[in-house]
Amino acid sequence: MSAPRRERRKADPALSDPERLYVITGDTDGERAALDLVTMVVAQAEPSPTVQPEQAAILRLCRAPLSVAEISAYLSLPFSVVTSLLTELLATELIESRAPIVRAALPDRSLLEAVMHGLQKL
Amino acid sequence: MDFRSSDTITGPRSEDVLPTTATAAVKVVIVGGFGVGKTTMVGSVSEIRPLTTEETMTQAGVGVDDNAGVESKTSTTVAMDFGRISLSEELILYLFGTPGQERFWFLWNGLFEGALGAVVLLDTRRLQVSFDVIGRLEERGVPFVVAVNTFPDAPNHPVEALRNALDLPEEVPIIDCDARLRTSSRDVLMTLMRYLHSLAVPFA
Repeated sequence: MSAPRRERRKADPALSDPERLYVITGDTDGERAALDLVTMVVAQAEPSPTVQPEQAAILRLCRAPLSVAEISAYLSLPFSVVTSLLTELLATELIESRAPIVRAALPDRSLLEAVMHGLQKL
Repeated sequence: MDFRSSDTITGPRSEDVLPTTATAAVKVVIVGGFGVGKTTMVGSVSEIRPLTTEETMTQAGVGVDDNAGVESKTSTTVAMDFGRISLSEELILYLFGTPGQERFWFLWNGLFEGALGAVVLLDTRRLQVSFDVIGRLEERGVPFVVAVNTFPDAPNHPVEALRNALDLPEEVPIIDCDARLRTSSRDVLMTLMRYLHSLAVPFA
């Protein structure tokens, strides 16, 4: 009998990821803010009558901090569409974004300890 | 694309609203095959009901006439479930469950960038699904632990047999879990954090 065994993969540059679809909304020139799924977003203003309904909804949702992933979920819009909407709101300073803490090349032990401390309380 | 009137948008329940001090977020990815319990694990530790975010991909048609640009592309939408744990007033952990099959790897681009690490959730009834996932994580340099979701009718492999089948180095943790239980899922995350801690250099 022989159980299945994983074989180590060989890197194949031809296996690159497929092209992604970006929906460009409004009149952004295609430049997007660097937004992660867990970038936290906070509104800086109440929606004015001139903003798009989607953007007004974002401003209402983000009266308290909310991640880009949560905005996408509550609006039922794909991540790529949400980042496009957020890019415009950032450009007009209607929202503020807080970049996530990312895994650095050398992870920060104090961060991991803070995570463990939080998990202990669950 | 239809957009619901903003009056009908339901945001977080009042008890799910984060404090204004919530300024720092980190993420962990839970990856595994269909039905292995990713969403169950996310749901068992999340403080919010798991939410769903979508991503869209297009795959350019191969060998298709290029005179009809629209039809030569197919578009796929994939949903990803995620949950949230407030670790402190400032620090928030997001957990994303993502399918492991190769056709979903386009999701991995933004997902693993900056993720602290990953949990490979394993169903010993379908071990092969995780082979490619583990290879891909290794290629990307994403640290991970392996959690075996214990299904009642699943073969019970000793850890060393699993380690051998998965060709994993000694230091990569392999643990049993019950994804339905908050404490068990929490322990999986703790194991990941301890492992990451062991890889980290002391703060100079």
